[in-house]
Amino acid sequence: MQWNSVSEFFAMGGYALYVWGSFGLTAAVMLIEMVVIRNRRTELLRDLRNELCSESTTS
Amino acid sequence: MKTRVIHWFKFSSPQNFYFLAGRMWPWFAALAAVLMAVGLWISFFVAPTDAQQGQGYRIIFVHVPASQMSMFIYIVMAAWAGLGLAFNTRLSGMMASALAPTGALFAFLSLVTGALWGKPMWGAWWVWDARLTSELILLFLYLGFLALQSSIDDPRRADKACAVLALVGVVNVPIIYFSVKWWNTLHQGASVSLTSAPSMASTMLTGMLVMVVAFWMYSIAAALARVRSIILERERHTEWVKHAVE
Amino acid sequence: MRALPLKPQGLASVMLAVLRREVSLAMRQKGEVLTPLVFFVVIASLFPLGVGPESALLLRMAPGVLWVSALLAAMLSLQRLFATDYADGSLEQMALSPTPLGLLVAAKALSHFLLSGLPLVLMAPVLGLQFGLDSRALGILMLSLLLGTPTLSLVGSIGAALTLGVRGAGVLLSLLILPLYIPVLIFGAGAVEADAAGLGAGGHLSLLAALLVLSLFFAPLATTAALRISLE
Repeated sequence: MQWNSVSEFFAMGGYALYVWGSFGLTAAVMLIEMVVIRNRRTELLRDLRNELCSESTTS
Repeated sequence: MKTRVIHWFKFSSPQNFYFLAGRMWPWFAALAAVLMAVGLWISFFVAPTDAQQGQGYRIIFVHVPASQMSMFIYIVMAAWAGLGLAFNTRLSGMMASALAPTGALFAFLSLVTGALWGKPMWGAWWVWDARLTSELILLFLYLGFLALQSSIDDPRRADKACAVLALVGVVNVPIIYFSVKWWNTLHQGASVSLTSAPSMASTMLTGMLVMVVAFWMYSIAAALARVRSIILERERHTEWVKHAVE
Repeated sequence: MRALPLKPQGLASVMLAVLRREVSLAMRQKGEVLTPLVFFVVIASLFPLGVGPESALLLRMAPGVLWVSALLAAMLSLQRLFATDYADGSLEQMALSPTPLGLLVAAKALSHFLLSGLPLVLMAPVLGLQFGLDSRALGILMLSLLLGTPTLSLVGSIGAALTLGVRGAGVLLSLLILPLYIPVLIFGAGAVEADAAGLGAGGHLSLLAALLVLSLFFAPLATTAALRISLE
């Protein structure tokens, strides 16, 4: 372990903006992608169930 | 002794693949999470400080996986596209469409992390080196695929047209890379290259490898999850979908 | 009674017929042929207006600027390559004809080169003079455009076929094929610069020729596939 303190870890030898920016952006993009995929599915299921309901009531 | 034969081809029907993907994607997601954790551990706590680049080099642990996956996904996309054109299967086009957004996002990440790496190391937010420029062009190819897909209403026609586009693109990628390399060396001579990482400690290589596999598992999970929605959308008028969403 | 076998049309004569048809159709709409040419001149003139009239800078920029302008102008008329024939049904007739669609497509791409690429080649020296290129550089520029614009037409036909009848086809076509145009741009502009730097344009020009041969073989294949998909 090469970090002498927590603050040293966050400072990343002066490159904090770049290193944490990169990792942070990557994490954010992946999280957002997961959320978007999940939302697409929930909305789609909602729409399909509504269609089914209206079909069965009008039949 | 009775032998069971697995009829693999039954999974080429969207209905069967829907349920298979539903069972598979959580495993890939879990694998991705574990490997990501291990990879991050290696990236920050095992890999040593670099002699020349200090702590800043650690960006390679996300930059390299992102660019590797963006290229790999494009090839896989083109392979699915080719399969779809050759065998006229609906599912192949759906898989290609499911992969494209993830690939495009990785291409974008590769460019941004490349810029964040370049600025402290070589003083500029953007350098027109062969790798970065080719990655930019790859992003354009992805965006073209997504744009063509969204502008054609008929999903079957959209899939086939995008398939032709993906195949044309994949053939052109080596040509584009070669011409950009040529262009770069002619204009800048011995320029800095983001690939010239000085002697890599083996822990750095291990960390990179673990992260690449982690990103790979993530891509599979994302594509499988996404294709389930695509299948439902396309097959919405079939009986099995009506039963599946009740 | 047995039908008499039809004398097969020579492939060359069919392609020539397509060429003649394209040219005569275009001559009826001379404006459509001239507009890309004017566009070429206008874009090329925008760059000095944007960066300033300093002659050394313009001379340095000239090959790239002229090539980009020519590329964009050649792309302008691509949409019409199949759209008008698609609209009046003659494209379907071509698809059904006994002549291989690939050959007809190649003939159409060639006619596009004759109608839009060749005028650009002839116009380029005039613009090159505005940028201060000397006669040797102008010659290399013309040669590079002569080798490159047919490739632009062939690759462009793929995009035109893919976006047939699609909403927003014009801009979409550009987005699709501009990445594919990049190698031609690099070698085309590079030829002029290499020659000016004393390295000789031979390498670049041979690569341009190689790209032309490659696209001559493979582009009609992709375009045919794309057309059949669009015509379904």
